Amino acid sequence: MDAAFTAKPRPGAAGPIPPGPAAPERGAATGTAAPGPAASAPPGAAAPEPAVVTGELDLQAVFRDSHIGDVLDELDTQLVGLVPVKSRIRDIAALLLVEKLRRSVGLETGPPSLHMSFTGNPGTGKTTVALRMAEILHRLGYVRKVHLTAVTRDDLVGQYIGHTAPKTREVLKRAMGGVLFIDEAYYLYRPENERDYGQEAIEILLQVMENQREDLVVILAGYKDRMDTFFRSNPGMSSRIAHHIDFPDYTPAELLAIARLMLAGMQYRFSEHADEVFQAYIERRREQPHFANARSVRNALDRARLRQASRLFAARGGGLAREDLLTIDAADILASRVFGAGAPENPS
Amino acid sequence: MRLTQGTFSFLPDLTDEQISSQIEYCLEKGWAVSIEYTDDPHPRNTYWEMFGLPMFDIKDAAAILGEIRSCRRTFPRHYIKVNALDSSLGRESLRLSFIVNRPENEPGFGLVRQEGPGRTVRYTTRAYAADRPENQRY
Repeated sequence: MDAAFTAKPRPGAAGPIPPGPAAPERGAATGTAAPGPAASAPPGAAAPEPAVVTGELDLQAVFRDSHIGDVLDELDTQLVGLVPVKSRIRDIAALLLVEKLRRSVGLETGPPSLHMSFTGNPGTGKTTVALRMAEILHRLGYVRKVHLTAVTRDDLVGQYIGHTAPKTREVLKRAMGGVLFIDEAYYLYRPENERDYGQEAIEILLQVMENQREDLVVILAGYKDRMDTFFRSNPGMSSRIAHHIDFPDYTPAELLAIARLMLAGMQYRFSEHADEVFQAYIERRREQPHFANARSVRNALDRARLRQASRLFAARGGGLAREDLLTIDAADILASRVFGAGAPENPS
Repeated sequence: MRLTQGTFSFLPDLTDEQISSQIEYCLEKGWAVSIEYTDDPHPRNTYWEMFGLPMFDIKDAAAILGEIRSCRRTFPRHYIKVNALDSSLGRESLRLSFIVNRPENEPGFGLVRQEGPGRTVRYTTRAYAADRPENQRY
């Protein structure tokens, strides 16, 4: 049983209880339980003797047993770029492993604060990473459940006096044990309206972020400049978030790699020439207004799929091979308005 | 006299940790958990007051334990029980119910015998505490 999960025994609760049907998930992987009073042991389990460990501790063995290596490798292959994000996740993984080892020799510390804020330009993968964070933190043994509750202002802030607090508490209750992801968090605070109920939601959030760290990880996400304003006007929020992670823009090479990953996910692929053309497309598109990194790439690919479909449809007289169905040709991309001289670009 | 109603009632009171493992078990089975309280614990009183609605889409015991704590804060000297409701049969049926809070002092129940015609005797149980008005019992 994890130390964070224990509660004080209530008076009159001395006797043993038949094993609770649900074995606590956490701590099962550690093997050695933290030394503590017998009352804090999982129901039915024999109270472990305080483990007196002498000599060397095997961090490598703990690392192997936790399968954190797999999580990190998976992250590397499935997410392109995002170096600051990955290195921060690596740090967190290391910290949680060392914590585990420290607990096994009886060194107690409170749970680390893992609340995060993701800032960055549109389409830099904030939401994607947040969605994966629940799984990552669960596999690192930090959160008990693999579930992510994604909310926006509407879900937290009520419409009349006295409506906000129960609404926010309800959301927090649903998110317990997992990750609460607040997208576009800066909307919570509206300085232009001093009677806005957002402030109330922020206060309740802060309270829970401080007192129930072991039950909930809060991730705020939003565009860099607006989040900065948000944090400036809510210093309490900023200081309670341990990890401020900035998502950098993707380089053209990374965008191309993302495009290939997306296509592979949709069971398409570029023809040889299309690959080069798409590279040129990215270069041009980056110069234009409303460029949204990976989101623009996804939209471009969706439009290329449309054009491929109508190209195949137009040539329906001839026979089609499987190869034709899954290949996106250079022509499908070249037809884009980005290549057209002076034509207004559809911003997306 | 110690009130024995519901599951685990002949055992010592569960600790918060044990309560949360029980709730965890309920959530794993997909049951909805609700909290009820009363100061009239007559065995035939099946209608305890609800402390909030049954919590249908909760994934983790910590949230429910928080509600139990806030119920204890509000009604420190009431009986509080946790119910788990199973909807898999197309209706919400009670699967598990156990007491998580009881008043420090439980005076118990008195037996009233009413003599009827012939030598008939009718029996009634009555909580001593129920003689006082609501909210002043226990």
